[in-house]
Amino acid sequence: MGIETLLSQIFNGLSLSSVLLLVGLGLSITFGIMGVINFAHGEFLMVGAYVVYVLQGLFNKFYGHGAAGLSFLISLPLSFFVAALLGFLLEKVLIRFLYGRPYEGILATWGCSLILQQAARNIFGANNVDVTSPKWLAGGVEAMPGLQLPYNRLFILALTTLCVVGIYLYLYRTAQGRRMRAVMQNRDMSACLGIRTRKVDTFTFALGSGLAGIAGCAVSLLGSIGPSTGQNYIIDAFMVVVLGGTGRLAGTIAGALVMGVLNPVFELISTSSMGKVILFILVILFLQGKPQGLFSLKTRALD
Amino acid sequence: MLKVKSRTFILSIFIIAVVVSVGSVWINAARSAEKEPIKVGILHSLSGTMSISEVAVKDGELLAIEEINARGGVLGRKIAPIIEDGASDWPTFAEKAKKLIMKDKVAVVFGCWTSASRKAVLPVFEKYDHLLFYPVQYEGLEASKNIIYTGATANQQIMPGVTWLLKNGHKKFYLLGSDYVFPRTCNLIVKAQLKAEGGTLVGEEYTPLGHTEYSTVISKIKAAKPDVVFNSLNGDSNVAFFKQLRSAGITAKDIPTMSVSIAEDEIRGIGAENMLDHLAVWNYFMNMETPENKKFVAAYKARYGKDRVTDDPIEANYFGVYLWAKAVEKAGTPDPLKVRAAVRGLKFKAPEGEVTVDPTNNHVWKIVQVGKVKPDGQFDIIWSSGKPVAPDPFPSLVSNKIVLEPGKIVDRKK
Repeated sequence: MGIETLLSQIFNGLSLSSVLLLVGLGLSITFGIMGVINFAHGEFLMVGAYVVYVLQGLFNKFYGHGAAGLSFLISLPLSFFVAALLGFLLEKVLIRFLYGRPYEGILATWGCSLILQQAARNIFGANNVDVTSPKWLAGGVEAMPGLQLPYNRLFILALTTLCVVGIYLYLYRTAQGRRMRAVMQNRDMSACLGIRTRKVDTFTFALGSGLAGIAGCAVSLLGSIGPSTGQNYIIDAFMVVVLGGTGRLAGTIAGALVMGVLNPVFELISTSSMGKVILFILVILFLQGKPQGLFSLKTRALD
Repeated sequence: MLKVKSRTFILSIFIIAVVVSVGSVWINAARSAEKEPIKVGILHSLSGTMSISEVAVKDGELLAIEEINARGGVLGRKIAPIIEDGASDWPTFAEKAKKLIMKDKVAVVFGCWTSASRKAVLPVFEKYDHLLFYPVQYEGLEASKNIIYTGATANQQIMPGVTWLLKNGHKKFYLLGSDYVFPRTCNLIVKAQLKAEGGTLVGEEYTPLGHTEYSTVISKIKAAKPDVVFNSLNGDSNVAFFKQLRSAGITAKDIPTMSVSIAEDEIRGIGAENMLDHLAVWNYFMNMETPENKKFVAAYKARYGKDRVTDDPIEANYFGVYLWAKAVEKAGTPDPLKVRAAVRGLKFKAPEGEVTVDPTNNHVWKIVQVGKVKPDGQFDIIWSSGKPVAPDPFPSLVSNKIVLEPGKIVDRKK
């Protein structure tokens, strides 16, 4: 194995970690803080990817085909808001009736996921749709002969870093974030102290969904945009959150790094299918010994 | 007094109801004796992950039915399609097939896409001795008397594709496929062929269906330095593979790929710019120059929208419907058993050229072509077999069986 293969594997690992982290971030927030196992998370990602597609269609119509770069930049915040709005509505009409009933929650969100997928099929057709990547993301840096670092992967690395830093600042530096952490640690006590936990829940769910929307923009650069796009990422996202331990930002980051770096290594020494099998076996073994995951949150709640 | 009145009222209502219903039944019976439509079943995944491909095939079948109805139907009777959704779920396919045959009493079923769904409905069609037209290229090793295979079998797509590559200087093969029955069987054939025809295998990789991360696979391909990647990936994975291949700086000039599951419809989702100059092997391409094809493409676009495209499986059951109608005319009845006998050896001028149903194995004689992706998402046809290739569902490279007649498969004599 040449040095360029090794280096490109390290880069592939980091890049995969960043994708997994971006997808898992929103899930970790809703799952960790609210205890809702949201199977429709992947469909919020799909919504984000379709926002990129729709916006690019509109830009092409009004500004010609040169505006792909600009439309992609605008679709980043827009997909966040569209997915967040959808999450807000879903929480209001469905999720809030299911707090403390995780099994019904799984079924209900899974049902939502099927409804959203079929809705996408009916609106956009069953086929995948194509989004032209912005010009400034085509190609890559030639780090050394035989090793090209694609711009789109570098961009996703940067985007993920930005999102993680943003969430960190929000959770640990703002009053809203403090309330969120309080509810996460001890819901009843927070309610006693005057925090409107219902409001925090709604907001948290919308935030988590919005992050899935941004992830949707990112994965539209690497993969398909279609009704089943969300399904392709949801299992890995759950793996990251469970492995990392719920409720801790650091846990999700660690989970994504472990999965992202190990997966390409196993894939390289065996095959793609076997690599995933080996990784999942290791995760299961690890969780047998440490069911809370890599990082666990010490709560004061009695559960 | 009141009682009597209401009783008369109810009685009179009852009499009126009886008269009206008897009358309508009589009128209906009279009408149906004249021209009862022939019911046909259409069974595809209209929801779920496979609907990405199957909805368009259903549209092609409906177009053929509408065209036949517009010129007066078959045997003076209209064709009435009954559409069922297999929902990308194989047991559902079997259940719906049973419903179409037993409850709706259809004369024929057009349907399925994946080999898994075909294998699921096969026992149903054999049990009720019925008839299915199956439109998709597949791995072969099957020849049921109850199925007419209008798509290609291995020796009409995969094998000529490999031979063409070897003849054009692509000796070192890297095999990439999704991890299920079709790609694995397909590559079994390719490997046997490489051995027989003087190619070398430099790598083989299978990824789970729906796999999205191809950076490691691409690193492996780069390290193996193949002349060509023979690609049997299916579904969404193709989008991820080609986008990531391009952003890793590999173009068709560096390492060309030949795909067996990507047609015009899939390219729309992958993006032509991501697949530029890569190859595919099929029996039909949308920009073929036959007059039948020009008519077909124009009709399809007029019916479903000018941004829609036609492709190989859509065309296969478009002419499948016509073949069936021709067999019904020949048999003089829509009865599946008689139609099945009548369809053998039948010829039809399809958009891809003349096709013939092989009397011994129920597959169709088809021409084979290699296409190169153009910037507009269409294929530049760079090679054609010129004349239709005889179907051989049990190629001697991988099987020691031989088909005597549909449903009768025996070991080859040594």
